[in-house]
Amino acid sequence: MSVLEAKGVYYKALNEQIRAQFASGISEVRVKHVNGQRYVGDGIRGRQRLILEGTPGNDMAAYMDGLELIVEGNAQDAMANTMNDGKIVVYGHAGDTVGYAMRGGEIYIRDHVGYRVGIHMKEYMDKIPAIIIGGRGGEFFGEYMAGGVLMLLGLGLEEGEPIVGSYCGTGMHGGVMYIRGEVEEYKLGKEVKIVELTPEDEEKIRYYVSEYVRYFGGDVNEIFAKPFNKLIPYNKRPYGNLYCHW
Amino acid sequence: MTISMSTPDFLIERDRDRCIKCQVCVRQCANEAHFWDEEEQKVKANDALCVDCHRCVTYCPTHALTIRKYPLEFRENANWTASTIKAIYRQAETGGILLTGMGNDRPYPIFWDHLLLNASQVTNPSIDPLREPMELKTFLGRKPDQLKVEDGRLVEEIPPQLELEVPIMFSAMSYGSISLNAIKSLAAAAERVGIMYNTGEGGLHKDLYKYGKNTIVQVASGRFGVHPEYLQAGAAIEIKIGQGAKPGIGGHLPGEKVGLEVSQTRMIPEGTDAISPAPHHDIYSIEDLSQLIYSLKEATQYQKPVSVKIAAVHNIAAIASGIARAGADIIAIDGFRGGTGAAPLRTRDNVGIPIELALAAVDSRLREEGIRNQVSLVVGGSIRNSADVVKAIALGADAVYIATAALISLGCHLCQKCNTGKCNWGIATQNPQLVKRLNPEIGAERAANLIMAWEHEIKELLGGMGINAVESLRGNRLMLRGVGLSDRELNILGVLPAGE
Repeated sequence: MSVLEAKGVYYKALNEQIRAQFASGISEVRVKHVNGQRYVGDGIRGRQRLILEGTPGNDMAAYMDGLELIVEGNAQDAMANTMNDGKIVVYGHAGDTVGYAMRGGEIYIRDHVGYRVGIHMKEYMDKIPAIIIGGRGGEFFGEYMAGGVLMLLGLGLEEGEPIVGSYCGTGMHGGVMYIRGEVEEYKLGKEVKIVELTPEDEEKIRYYVSEYVRYFGGDVNEIFAKPFNKLIPYNKRPYGNLYCHW
Repeated sequence: MTISMSTPDFLIERDRDRCIKCQVCVRQCANEAHFWDEEEQKVKANDALCVDCHRCVTYCPTHALTIRKYPLEFRENANWTASTIKAIYRQAETGGILLTGMGNDRPYPIFWDHLLLNASQVTNPSIDPLREPMELKTFLGRKPDQLKVEDGRLVEEIPPQLELEVPIMFSAMSYGSISLNAIKSLAAAAERVGIMYNTGEGGLHKDLYKYGKNTIVQVASGRFGVHPEYLQAGAAIEIKIGQGAKPGIGGHLPGEKVGLEVSQTRMIPEGTDAISPAPHHDIYSIEDLSQLIYSLKEATQYQKPVSVKIAAVHNIAAIASGIARAGADIIAIDGFRGGTGAAPLRTRDNVGIPIELALAAVDSRLREEGIRNQVSLVVGGSIRNSADVVKAIALGADAVYIATAALISLGCHLCQKCNTGKCNWGIATQNPQLVKRLNPEIGAERAANLIMAWEHEIKELLGGMGINAVESLRGNRLMLRGVGLSDRELNILGVLPAGE
């Protein structure tokens, strides 16, 4: 393992250093005092491990393909933009548009996330991306979602505090959301419905929750004590009848 | 069932003396406008299904077929034209948004046809390009503010550039909107003549990786087929914000066109709709655009120029200035006549502005602000011939994008039915039987021929002006004069009226 110092280092230089470490064959890099540097881990391929201490900036892990990225702090906006594969664990909050068009890999966020998280997530063959969020989600959660798994655990919410914002799953046409707690009808996008969990769903949820607990602590059974709601789209082709040929 | 009030657009005339009942027309027409009547032992036609694509006419061995505009007229009315009335019938029957293909076909002014080129007479003699060197080589990308030279050597670091033998590129058309054979034709032609083709938002098919150095890979709001290998595969990356045929709206490839290979290339399940949202939801400002530009540069280690493609709209000059400052290396502007595989009719025909005015406004603005060197300008949206190319460059473009012209070179007859997926010429279709009709080797030759022919013509026009390098024409608006234009239009175009 190698250790890099990010204090006062511009993002371009920092990212060059990280790349150079991996290119030299080092499989684990720890970066200290990360403070707003953007684009960390962008486009990196491979199964190495990158640990960030502090607060990385926007667009972390964009187009990332395989890396295991640990954030010991909060993450900002547009994390995991078009991520292809890998794993991200955030010991804190994450901002808006987490996992935009993400196609593979798993993301675990201990606390809350911002708006438009999981927007246009997709899945393909064995690539089924998942974002597991410990706290609450903002508005437009899972907008245009085309595949994958989005999960909100609602842990640490105060009495009456909503678990998700309005327009949840608007434009959704694939994938599944599991939300632990009630979602008011008016908050659902018109393309989304709430259905019963199947045994396969429970198995899937148990896997992701166990992973969450493995990273952040907690009790799987306690989390399971509160029921999950499953949200899926009514239709894989919500706009199939919108047009006529001229 | 209520009766449909839609009447045919075209009339199929069959010369019975010439028809040998070979039924080639029946087999060639994917719209099933021709059929064999077993009882009467005759080939017959259902006019209503004809789209006037000329496939049957071209293939009829005895030239027995003619397609005419259907002679049925509504009572003459300058306000309520036949197409306006028919559109209402269509929408009353279906409740749908009218969907069409290709570019705006309305009779708006074409400014190219109001611009005339200069030629040398007596002084500053013209140049004969057949016998004298003539330079069309073009580099696209950010140019440094100054050139540092030490000991007679250039020491300035030059940002990554796209190198073109001719200032023409094939603009973005995705695999899905057009067939693999059409893309293969364009990719091979681009390689042959030293230019670029553009993947559009359809990912990069495995057979096309070998054309990487002639490829611009696109990243649009749906991010279909975008992954690190894809970003590395091309010579440049283009962020698609908008396109001329449908400014302000997204894309939507219907599930019927997402077969096995399209699905593999886009990395989405077979048969699902590929929806590209209207905006990039991570871009709500110039700063956000900058973030996407730099995330792509970071992901490709600053090795590739990044282009940003936008539709020509009202406030284009200010938008382009913002894009230049956001860090784009190339700005591609698509005029309101730009084509598409599918667009809502009302958007296609009513949104955006002509590329000629947009180009002049942007070039002037970037010069005024002293940042013209920071970006290259590429314009598209109905560049129809080599004279349009020369006029565009004189107005300030570094290069042009062509797509409709490129498809016409492959056999497109501009029937404007790309959206139906039944292209009889094997271009805008995913039906394997139709795709086979376009031989990519022949297609490549035809598209390459078109570029080579235009290259010769551009050289002729340049030579006529006494110019021997396209660089000397760039933004050289003195080589243009306007005819039939208002003072205001001349002002925006920055050209003098003919005679002045």
